[in-house]
Amino acid sequence: MNAPSSHSITTRDLSLWYGTFQALKNVTLNIQHGLITSLIGPSGCGKTTLLRCFNRVNERYGYVTTKGEIRLLGKNIYDANVSLQALRRSVGMVFQRPNPLPISVYENVVFGLRIHSERRALPRRVLDDAVEKALTEVGLWHDLKDHLDRKATTLQLEQQQKLCIARLLPLKPRIILMDEPCSALDVEATRAIEELIFALKGHYTIVIVTHNMAQARRASDECIFMLLGEVMEHRRTEELFLTPANSRTSDYIEGRYG
Amino acid sequence: MTDAPENNFTATPLIRKRLRQETMAKWIFFGMAAAMVVPLLLIIGYLAVRAAPSLSLEFILDVPRRGMTAGGIWPALVGTIYLVFLSLAVSAPIGILAAIYLNEYARDNWFNRVINLAVLNLAGVPSIVHALFGLGAFVYAARFGYSIISAALTLAIMTLPVIIASTREALASVPPSFREACWNVGATRWQAIRAVVLPNAISGILTGVILQVSRAAGETAPIMFTGAVFFKAVERGDLFPYYLDEQCMALSMHLYTLSTQVPGVMESIPYATAIVLLGSVLLVNAMAISLRVYLRTRKKW
Repeated sequence: MNAPSSHSITTRDLSLWYGTFQALKNVTLNIQHGLITSLIGPSGCGKTTLLRCFNRVNERYGYVTTKGEIRLLGKNIYDANVSLQALRRSVGMVFQRPNPLPISVYENVVFGLRIHSERRALPRRVLDDAVEKALTEVGLWHDLKDHLDRKATTLQLEQQQKLCIARLLPLKPRIILMDEPCSALDVEATRAIEELIFALKGHYTIVIVTHNMAQARRASDECIFMLLGEVMEHRRTEELFLTPANSRTSDYIEGRYG
Repeated sequence: MTDAPENNFTATPLIRKRLRQETMAKWIFFGMAAAMVVPLLLIIGYLAVRAAPSLSLEFILDVPRRGMTAGGIWPALVGTIYLVFLSLAVSAPIGILAAIYLNEYARDNWFNRVINLAVLNLAGVPSIVHALFGLGAFVYAARFGYSIISAALTLAIMTLPVIIASTREALASVPPSFREACWNVGATRWQAIRAVVLPNAISGILTGVILQVSRAAGETAPIMFTGAVFFKAVERGDLFPYYLDEQCMALSMHLYTLSTQVPGVMESIPYATAIVLLGSVLLVNAMAISLRVYLRTRKKW
């Protein structure tokens, strides 16, 4: 409880090993509430691993060991009384490849509600409202309101990815994690998703992993640069790109390696 | 409405209910999977106990005596080995080569669809029908007579479609990108198959073939109609007691005969016969598994 001030996600000395390989080294971070924070860095630097720590997906694999502390909204998510189901309900995840379920658009949006409620607690009206609200929020309502029974896997990729975001919203998540949400999309679709991310800002704390530095620069308020499992720099995005404090950051953003 | 999301991520009553259901579901599934093991253990245990008085090396090496009411099963064991090896020697090459054609060369046209359909339907034909076919085709039409050859060919036709199916599966599990890599340096299809596809599919292919040993050894109907006899006088421990144009004894047939046709058989002998049949099949399967494991460890992708 008692979320401290303005931070949604804080980590203290977070280290993670895949077997004997250390993927995260003493990561200490404070991610601002209600902002868009991007995670950048070369392949294998631990961005995705870090992102996946925040809803405890990593531990599904038996050979992963984690040390340190992660607090989401002030609560240590490794506490014994934390329920993975409750945690993941509040912490949504969007993946690299859009992964709508092979059911109708409508059912995709209300899927989370159905998972987290008794059947009798969900009259048709509640579901209809939730669908309209979520699809409006991601800008799909206008296009899809007459096609709610269409199979979600037949939509265009851009619409699929928006739907994947809409699917999270009825559960009223506090944090949305995005793992390269645009890398399967073309330029136009990328722009649309970025605009959507911007529109969601404020209501949700958004953490977005990206390979695309231009995207990090365009679409985020704060930026974290990681290298070989360590956080090199964490500042406001424009400062990080204009006046990087660390020479390795400047080398990376200028494209000398990556 | 749903309960409002809380910040402390603790389980709501609903989540606790779902977790109880989850635990229950897991145990039910586990129970069903574990139940699979029970019949196997019961069968083996029951057979072993009933067979105990007869089981010995002597039982395997000796020939049946006193009108099959005593003695051993040597002629039947050797007969089964003959039949299995001969039938697989015919069906394995044909099946593997056919599968290579179907998986690597065949385009999707009506002719190849007919072949596929034939393979699928052949796999579904009951063994007694194979037996009748073998009787007509090999015993009478081809004039092989009631003989090991007729019986082995009938078994070969029975195992062929399954060998084709398992070989195709093994070939299909080799990633297409490997083939493309070969073609893109100018290799022909056959060169690609020999250099990359077969070495990587061989473990699956062999496992599929070896698993057919148990089917060929266990079937009674096809050989009963085409080449197996109740009794054949054979020297004790003789490794080559049969000519291929002769009839032979076989374990499955022998078991059937002892249990239903011969009065006054020592009670433990049919069970011991079953144990030998089961034991040799399990032995062959174990070989298949270890071969697979060995070939897998050399495969790194």
